[in-house]
Amino acid sequence: MNAKKTSAPDRIWDFFCSLKLTIFNLLILSITSIIGTVIQQDKAPEEYIQEYGRANYELFQKLQFTDMYHSWWFVTLLGLFSVNLICCSIKNFPRVWKFVVEPMLVAGDGTFKNSANKAEFTTKESAKTLTPRLTKTLSSIFTKPTLTEADGKQNLFAQKGIYSRFGAYMTHLSILVIMLGAIIGTVWGYKAYVNIVEGTEITQVWPRSGNQPIDLGFSVRCDKFEVEYYQGTQRPKEFRSLLTVTENGKVMIDKQKIIVNRPLSYKGITFYQSSYGPTGTGSFEIEVTVNKTGEKLTVSPTKGQKVALPNGFYFSVDDFTPSYESFGPAAKLHVDSPEGTHRTPFVILQNHPQFDARRGGDFSFALKGFKQPQYTGLQVAKDPGVWTVWFGCFLMIFGSMSAFFFSHRRIWIRISEENGKTIVQMAASAHRNQPAFADKFAEFKTQIAATIENKA
Amino acid sequence: MDSGQLFNLVTLGYFIAMVLFIAYLATRSDKIALVARLVSAVGVAAQTLAIGMRWYESYQMPGGVGHAPLSNLYESVVFFAWSIVLLYLLIDLKYRQPSIGAFVIPFAFLGMTWAQLTLNSAIEPLVPALQSNWLTYHVISCFLGYAAFAVACGVSIMYLIKIGKEDKADGPIGGILGIFPSVRTLDEINYNAIMIGFPLLTIGIVTGAAWANYAWGTYWSWDPKETWSLIVWFVYAAFLHARFTRGWVGRRAAWLSIIGFAATIFCYLGVNLVLSGLHSYGG
Repeated sequence: MNAKKTSAPDRIWDFFCSLKLTIFNLLILSITSIIGTVIQQDKAPEEYIQEYGRANYELFQKLQFTDMYHSWWFVTLLGLFSVNLICCSIKNFPRVWKFVVEPMLVAGDGTFKNSANKAEFTTKESAKTLTPRLTKTLSSIFTKPTLTEADGKQNLFAQKGIYSRFGAYMTHLSILVIMLGAIIGTVWGYKAYVNIVEGTEITQVWPRSGNQPIDLGFSVRCDKFEVEYYQGTQRPKEFRSLLTVTENGKVMIDKQKIIVNRPLSYKGITFYQSSYGPTGTGSFEIEVTVNKTGEKLTVSPTKGQKVALPNGFYFSVDDFTPSYESFGPAAKLHVDSPEGTHRTPFVILQNHPQFDARRGGDFSFALKGFKQPQYTGLQVAKDPGVWTVWFGCFLMIFGSMSAFFFSHRRIWIRISEENGKTIVQMAASAHRNQPAFADKFAEFKTQIAATIENKA
Repeated sequence: MDSGQLFNLVTLGYFIAMVLFIAYLATRSDKIALVARLVSAVGVAAQTLAIGMRWYESYQMPGGVGHAPLSNLYESVVFFAWSIVLLYLLIDLKYRQPSIGAFVIPFAFLGMTWAQLTLNSAIEPLVPALQSNWLTYHVISCFLGYAAFAVACGVSIMYLIKIGKEDKADGPIGGILGIFPSVRTLDEINYNAIMIGFPLLTIGIVTGAAWANYAWGTYWSWDPKETWSLIVWFVYAAFLHARFTRGWVGRRAAWLSIIGFAATIFCYLGVNLVLSGLHSYGG
């Protein structure tokens, strides 16, 4: 094909423009991508050594298989893919652009003779009166045509869906835009995490890679953390944190609720509800009644803490369970007498506060609640490139749909007068989905024929 | 009747449709082809009803469990089977080639059988990460895309069978292959099905990324599911470019379509069953 082109730059250019390179790139990217799905990425060295052995681990390191999507060779493949994309687009774009700047307003004899969709009519009506009527018909059945006079002949040209010729380029461009967004995010953004204990605040977060904390420049407090379970189960339905953002002593966001799928953003930094867990020791709220006097007091001990009672007695909580058989939360207690005797332990139930009064003895106890401080685990992300990525995704969807589902359709009509007769020639083309267009063309043909017959 | 029983009837319906389509290959009777189509259409209508019923049933359960039936492996396999039959019928409407049914309906029947016999069909409450509208958009676009790829794969198998025989034979081939569409038509249907599937897969990946960004703060983390969806995307992108490349049309394109569908199935099932990662909801 390019027998004349033999200079080295030409050959290099052709190489980077070739569709064979595209297919090669796509297949190589698919095959190599599998590696990182089989070998888990970014794990500690010990985990690899345990699973694959030291020799294999060293090989993985050399080939950068443990972080392969950021390895020099994978990034090079992506780079080659982009260069191929750009070169192909540069090579082919001018030809497509020509359809826009130089539409074929006048079709030649060849078009009328060789088109897959063509028709010819003869009438006695003059071109002068026929042309406006054909223009009107074409406007109503297809779209408004452009009239050009050439060599004494009237030429009508109408086109639709020219943008679909750009679908492929838009899709190609979108890949580059997405890559740009990803680079912006990597260079100027970060991914981090932070655990905030209920009631406390933080000003720093921890990056997922690296050990130096990042200063936020403001503080985030977790006012409250709650978990809601599906009725009668231990499956969490929702977990939520109330977060307050403070900057320079001023509250900027007050007690905003975040849940999974509903994050909080402040100054380009977004906090995502991700996990939770218990922290520190929980405290019980217990109401003690002195049975002789009816006097009541409320105490909040931690587990194992010795609490003084009137008349030299003590008690402590030995154990706690959130569900004791079918009775709900329960605590196991024991009382120490003034002489120091460890008396028989007993159980009190949060859902049955009157239960312990029946036990008799000097005191009766009622469990009012158990408070376990929780921490909320948040993912923290700063990604200034994310909107670029979304713009790229939009281009990609829009581009691929217009490339596949629409086509550039063109209709030419030439009206010429010869020997007192008027000849109407018609041709049409679609750059995709020809069978469907052929059906459409048959309809157009009927309409045009009707217009020619029904003289005004 | 509850949705589970109706799903059983649907499975039976797809079995009958499959047998009828195969009987059509053997008998070439247009009547059988018509009945096969009708049974498929009734099957997909009943399945639509059953999916709706399951949706309704989830809202009748105590504790605010209600959600669209697209959240676990069972529900996704059922939806996949539904999409395959629906897409097949749409393509059949255009091309009127009942022999293709014998190569596509079995995918739907196998899916339904697997779901009904071995998968856990209990309606389960959603974990917090799945409580998002993105779930619906993401799953619907992915599976409609997968279904288009299933049709393309079935047609590609027919293409390879037919072209293999055509190359050996001199004259026109008779027998079962005689009622296969022409290789040109098979190639066209393959291409058109992938043209439908590719943008849908693109939307599926993008909605998945948008959701991941909303839930986890990262739109792409190279987790095995994401990576495999990209692999599938690469394979079909290669297929689409192969159309314009000399030496890649015909057989190789058909093989790419089959490899693409194998990768799709691995992305859908293999990743969850074999590999591990964030996306381990079984769907």
